[in-house]
Parts: sequence; C-alpha cells; structure tokens
Amino acid sequence: MNFWAMGGYARFVWPCFGLAGLVLAWNVWSARRFHAAARVRVERALLMTDE
Amino acid sequence: MWTWFFRLASPPYVYRSAAALTPWFMTVAAIAIACGLIGGLRLAPPDYQQGDAFRIIYVHVPSAYMSLFCYTTMAVAGAIGLIWRIKMAYALAAATAPVGASFTALALVTGSLWGKPMWGTYWAWDPRLTSELILLFLYAGVMSLRPAFEDPARGDRAAALLSIVGVVNVPIIHYSVQWWNSLHQGATIAKIGKSEMPGSMLWPLLTMLLGFMCFYGAVVCIRLRGEVLNRERRSAWVREAIKS
Repeated sequence: MNFWAMGGYARFVWPCFGLAGLVLAWNVWSARRFHAAARVRVERALLMTDE
Repeated sequence: MWTWFFRLASPPYVYRSAAALTPWFMTVAAIAIACGLIGGLRLAPPDYQQGDAFRIIYVHVPSAYMSLFCYTTMAVAGAIGLIWRIKMAYALAAATAPVGASFTALALVTGSLWGKPMWGTYWAWDPRLTSELILLFLYAGVMSLRPAFEDPARGDRAAALLSIVGVVNVPIIHYSVQWWNSLHQGATIAKIGKSEMPGSMLWPLLTMLLGFMCFYGAVVCIRLRGEVLNRERRSAWVREAIKS
C-alpha cells in the first residue's frame, strides 16, 4: 500500500512513469508505422512497373 | 582507416545493418529499463529531503539527457551530410528528430510534475526550463523545415543548417544551472570524480540511461530503414530487397 502511495507523492510520480511508458510505446508504434508505410510505397511502385 | 566511415554512406549497408541491430538494441533496452524501474521504484531508498518524489528522476533525467543527445546527433549528422554529402547522414538526422522531440516533451512534462511538489509551481521561466523549451521548438522547426521544400535535397540541407545553428542551445541547457541563478538543481551525475548520489540511487539511474540509449538505437534503426526506403525507392537494390 505504501509503495503505491509513494509517500504522498503518488499523483506526481505515477503520471511521470505512465507518460514515459506512453512516449516509449508511441515511439515504437510510429517508427514501425513509418517503416511499413515506406515499404508499402515501394511495393505499390513495384506493382505499377510490373503492370 | 576510414573505410568503415564511408561504408556508412552505402544505403544497402545501412538498411541491412539497421535491421540486424534493431532486436539487439530493443532487447538490451527492455532488460535495462525493467532493471532500472525495479531499482528506482522498489530498491532505492527515499530521498531525505524530497521523499519518494525524487523517483521522478528515473524518467526525467534519462529523457532530458536523451533530448540533448538526440539533438547533438542530429546536428553532427547534418554537418556530416553537408561536408561529405552523405545522404545517409541526412536520413539519420531525419530519423532522430521525432524521437528527440518526444524525449524533450517528456523531459518538460516530467520536470513540470516534479516541480509542483518541490518548487510549488508546474512552470517557472527558469533558464534550464526555458532553454529546454527552446530545444523543443528547435526540433519542431527542423521537422517542419525538411518537408517544406519541394526538392528533398534542399530540405535536408536547410534542416541540417538549422540543427547546426541550434546546437548552440545544447551547452546553454547544460550549463544554465551554473551560469545563472536557477531553481533547477545542479548536475545529477558527475562526469569527473565521485557522484554526489549514493550508489543505491545511482545504479538505477545509470541503468535507465542505458535503457533509454538502447531504446533510441532501436527506434532510430526502424525509422532509418523507412527513411532509406523513401529515399532509395527507385534503386534496384530496394526492389530486390522488397521482392525477397
């Protein structure tokens, strides 16, 4: 119980760690999305040249 | 001697190396961040002045450090691109910018959340806070300048120039707590000599720093592959790589 209360600073400490988790997750998601989008563009260009 | 350096100019080499390095960086990052969190949240004792609020340091300092590291990387990559005309250096700079901007925003928000219980305010126009905010604006400028040109090569050069000019802000951020009167505390980790932090508090911080560095490595490798594909999509090797 004391652990989650963080000595009375829970409302400052936990949002920081939560936000950090969100930022790290967003970075992975957006980087993968960026790479996937670039790959799709190349695949589309390949399909067009094949046709 | 310089063979390894100029090999970095080869897009296929960069593309394949980034793919090979990503899982390594991600694994080390996951282990280091997990250990850092256990050490920082469970094992480190509360600070004698700040109590458990000091634990914010385990996300605030690594993100602030990474905000400076990413900007410096971006500026150095931009300079390499301008001097040696290495396209992959521009790709690295472009891949680094959004990651650095996100770390800067995280440093500002976590600093603000730490400031409220310690200083009594979420924000003060303090030299450290203000210069870090300027860094976020510089990232925004670099990211919006690159696509503002029809010719991508001109966009790369303009963004490189802005990042080089803006790098003057990096030592200002670092030394602001020494140069001016500041609410912000001094350097947490001593680069030379013994750190003022006890070992039980220091090791989780260093572990988190390692984790954030490796995380940056992993994310930049993924973004870099996207940048390479975008820039080299008409090359035969890209078509071969995608087909296989």
